[in-house]
Amino acid sequence: MSALTRWSLVVATWLIVAVVLILPPLLVLSEALRDGLPTALQSLADPDAISAIRLTVEMTVLSVVINTVFGVLAAWLISKYRFPLRGVLVALIEIPISVSPVVAGLVWLLLFGSQGWWGAALDHYNIHIAFAPAGILLATLFVTFPYVTRTILPLMEQQGRDAEDAATLLGASFWQILWRVTLPDARWALLSGILLTTARAMGEFGAVSVVSGHIPGMTETMPLHIETLYNGYQSVAAFSMAALLAIMAMTTVGFRAFFENRARRAALAGDAGS
Amino acid sequence: MAEATLSVRSRTSDPLPGFRLALFSTLLWVGLIVVLPLTALIVRPWQEGLGAMTMALHDGRMFAALRVSFFTAFIAALINVPVGLLLTWTLVRVQLPGRRIVDALIDLPFAIPTAVTGITLATLYGPQGWLGKPLAHLGISIAYSTAGIVVALMFVGLPFIVRSVEPVLRGLPPEQEEAAGLLGASSWQTVWRVVLPSLLPATVSGFGLAFARGIGEYGSVIFIAGNQPFRTEIAPLLVVVRLQEFDYAGATSIAFILLVASMLCLAGVAMLRRRVARGLITGVN
Repeated sequence: MSALTRWSLVVATWLIVAVVLILPPLLVLSEALRDGLPTALQSLADPDAISAIRLTVEMTVLSVVINTVFGVLAAWLISKYRFPLRGVLVALIEIPISVSPVVAGLVWLLLFGSQGWWGAALDHYNIHIAFAPAGILLATLFVTFPYVTRTILPLMEQQGRDAEDAATLLGASFWQILWRVTLPDARWALLSGILLTTARAMGEFGAVSVVSGHIPGMTETMPLHIETLYNGYQSVAAFSMAALLAIMAMTTVGFRAFFENRARRAALAGDAGS
Repeated sequence: MAEATLSVRSRTSDPLPGFRLALFSTLLWVGLIVVLPLTALIVRPWQEGLGAMTMALHDGRMFAALRVSFFTAFIAALINVPVGLLLTWTLVRVQLPGRRIVDALIDLPFAIPTAVTGITLATLYGPQGWLGKPLAHLGISIAYSTAGIVVALMFVGLPFIVRSVEPVLRGLPPEQEEAAGLLGASSWQTVWRVVLPSLLPATVSGFGLAFARGIGEYGSVIFIAGNQPFRTEIAPLLVVVRLQEFDYAGATSIAFILLVASMLCLAGVAMLRRRVARGLITGVN
């Protein structure tokens, strides 16, 4: 490769990276800090903003816990046993990845909306799912459904079940085997799956938007509150919230990259040791 | 069925404990969160009767929205192919100053929440924006037009191309290119005849992933799109509009088409990858 080709490639790459990938985050910070840091922080202390932050944290924690517990059990089932329709189960778990966020919200309205199958009946008992936090949780659970299973499954399949069978012979219970034998080997992958679920859960917009009803201070998560502020021409407040959310999500993803490196190194060391 | 029951029964004699617990919890989880809602999506359009279905199929606005979504997703993925290949090539084969930074930045569109992307691109390319203002002087307007949708989908789709092609390019031995050079091929011939054909399956699968994501994308698009019915209204937005009109049948028929389209796309990508893995498609070692 000639020096000229090489340099034009380098310049072209950095130009694309600067325009496409560096300008957007810079713009978020610049718009948020347009009236200074105190104004930006003040806008985050607004009661509706605080309520949105709290709701996002609650929904994220709940969906991560639920999808991690069930996701680990599903990965255990798929990787350690052979049973009929196993392939169908794997395919079903993967489906939410290919579903448009808006569709992921719509399906819950079809069940629990005012014109849904059970919406009216549940309303009768004063149980509200659509346009309430329960609906937001269901939408978030759907959107983040496959990530934990997907991340740990290849590793757990590769591990086989020799260690587990040995533990069974020694009289270990299911929880002991899962907790002391299977999961320690998969811990970095599991952590990476949990962090991916976390980042996706806190940033979800389309699905949550459809089921939330957009009630400020009640059913608005951080992404929804960003939309409300932006459409209300409160640019500084919108971008301050956007900056906070982007920093939260990018930190989570950054940790994930770090732990994935650890996992890769652990896997290499494991290969060398065996 | 009999075979399934038999097999489950014999499975209980598997010495490894936990099968029943894992099976029941997984069926509960998959059933409640995935199967139940998707069943509603598949059953609901037929429940309203054939009248509602035919009405939905005569909805010009729906077809316009689907056309906008498919067209912009296709164009964005198409433009991302040369851009993504260029980035991947420099990342893997050129001593790029700041390579680690570029490598980390490629994943940025995956990490930023879509609503943040949406308001950021709308402001950046808006009439007063850092890029929108100079472009307006040149007579180019991007925000609130079809071009705006394409720009947003390009941002969202770029990592798919790079991350699909990157491992394959890394696995290609540079000796192959050196050999082509020794045999008298010019560097363009080497790229066209030797390198690109080997990258084709990975590029197609990256294209498919970006396209599938693009037709369903909502948050990063609606702020920059302008959202004019028949012109810049994307299909996912029309789902939301129909829901606000309490037209569940209309919303569900669009959702159904979107679901089938993206599942076909991803099934195609999965099939392509399996064939490549089995060596049925040559060019990848």
